[in-house]
Amino acid sequence: MSVSVMEGSMAVAEAIKVCRPKVISAFPISPQTHIVEELSKMVADGQLDAKYIRVDSEFSAASAVYGSSATGVRSYTASSSQGLLLMIEVLYAMAGTRLPVVLTGVNRTVSAPITIQPDHQDTMALRDTGVIQLHVENSQEAYATHIQAFKLAEDHDILLPVMVCMDGWILTHSYEPIKLEDQKLVDSFLPNFVPKYRLDPKNPLTYGAYADEQVQEFRLMQHFAMERAKSKIEVIANDYQKIFDQYYGGLIDEYKCDDAEVVLVAMGSVIGTFKDAVDTLRTEGVKVGIVKVRSYRPFPGEKIAQAVKNARVVAVMDKSMSVGQGGPLATDVKSAFANKEAPPVLSCIAGMGGRDVTIETVRKMVTKAQLALKTGKIPDIEYTDFRPEYLED
Amino acid sequence: MLRVGSVCEAGKSRLNKTGDWRTLRPQVTDKCNGCGICELFCPDSCIVLENKKAVIDYDYCKGCGICANECPKQAIEMEEERN
Ligand code: SF4
Ligand code: SF4
Repeated sequence: MSVSVMEGSMAVAEAIKVCRPKVISAFPISPQTHIVEELSKMVADGQLDAKYIRVDSEFSAASAVYGSSATGVRSYTASSSQGLLLMIEVLYAMAGTRLPVVLTGVNRTVSAPITIQPDHQDTMALRDTGVIQLHVENSQEAYATHIQAFKLAEDHDILLPVMVCMDGWILTHSYEPIKLEDQKLVDSFLPNFVPKYRLDPKNPLTYGAYADEQVQEFRLMQHFAMERAKSKIEVIANDYQKIFDQYYGGLIDEYKCDDAEVVLVAMGSVIGTFKDAVDTLRTEGVKVGIVKVRSYRPFPGEKIAQAVKNARVVAVMDKSMSVGQGGPLATDVKSAFANKEAPPVLSCIAGMGGRDVTIETVRKMVTKAQLALKTGKIPDIEYTDFRPEYLED
Repeated sequence: MLRVGSVCEAGKSRLNKTGDWRTLRPQVTDKCNGCGICELFCPDSCIVLENKKAVIDYDYCKGCGICANECPKQAIEMEEERN
């Protein structure tokens, strides 16, 4: 074990290196670039025994790792924003063919208007692909979660691609001390990939077969694997803690929820700010807590309901919008609470296009949630930090 | 029982005779010297060499014309499919 100060992107590259993938393929796009640049350097310098395939697009990158994973080797890719969107067609096929590729979804806004600032619109567009989505709060968690991701993806009860989502720039380009684990320990946690099936010219198989009649069952098999992943994610997080003495939550993580009247629900790097805000609010006597959603797919509805059972109101923050509906995370939380005894849900949209989410932003959400409680009226959507002066007349 | 990922035994693609959506039909002419280049290029693996001549399996040839394009002898002619 060693600790060095490094960029979040380097922490991800270091994590991938100790996972010993055999094939990496990627196309550079901000803010994912530093991760794959560093990995290609590691391969070129002989520090990582892998094949790095340079490609002409994200569609090709996803296709290359689809193929390499089908031959039975550990494979990795990463992208952001438009690049992730270009991968979608292949990601559906990858999840359907049950190939355990790990990818990093470095969160960035989707055009138009064009910007390279972070929000969650891109990975939200991949929500229904069948790819497991794990969101991380900081770079050390990104390091740990990538190692856990391969173990989860390659488990024969799961066999689904896993995407580790991390906020672009905020995490990928900030420097923090990172604890790097010893190769031997990582090897003991993450043994070699043993494929269930593999492409082998000596024993040919059909991949990507045609089906009409059985489509529903194939889709259900993916869903059941996602359901099994719920317990597996927790087991793997606990095993990681045993070996590496670090824990970031399983499906969710809770912060000061036990006696909280207002519980905030969010994903990703804002959780750090949320914790500071909650600490401040608590000194002022406001009973606030946080549920950090670590696994977005599979969605841990039961866990969240359990964590907020004593709360009087829940405020969910989304960094993206399903246009015509609202915040996707809030929508999922509401659907998890439907037909159950659960607190009312306030949906808050903030932080889109990289707009800063500050302690003040969190304070506004809490105030709105308290107001909603007092008046008994919950607005459909609360646009936190919304600037009406920007709107056309 | 369905297998994970719809992976199944090899040879399943033979069940669908994909040749029936062909609109152009490659015809191997006497100019063929059996070099085998078309056999390598055909994306549907439906060309074999028999007696030093390219023979096309029309059950699976989709009429893409790659063979005609790659043949150094221009020995393959693409004709309109009439069948
Ligand atoms: S490439 Fe042309 S010459 Fe060579 S085998 Fe095919 S048809 Fe014949
Ligand atoms: S037309 Fe295309 S599919 Fe048909 S034999 Fe030639 S290369 Fe193969």
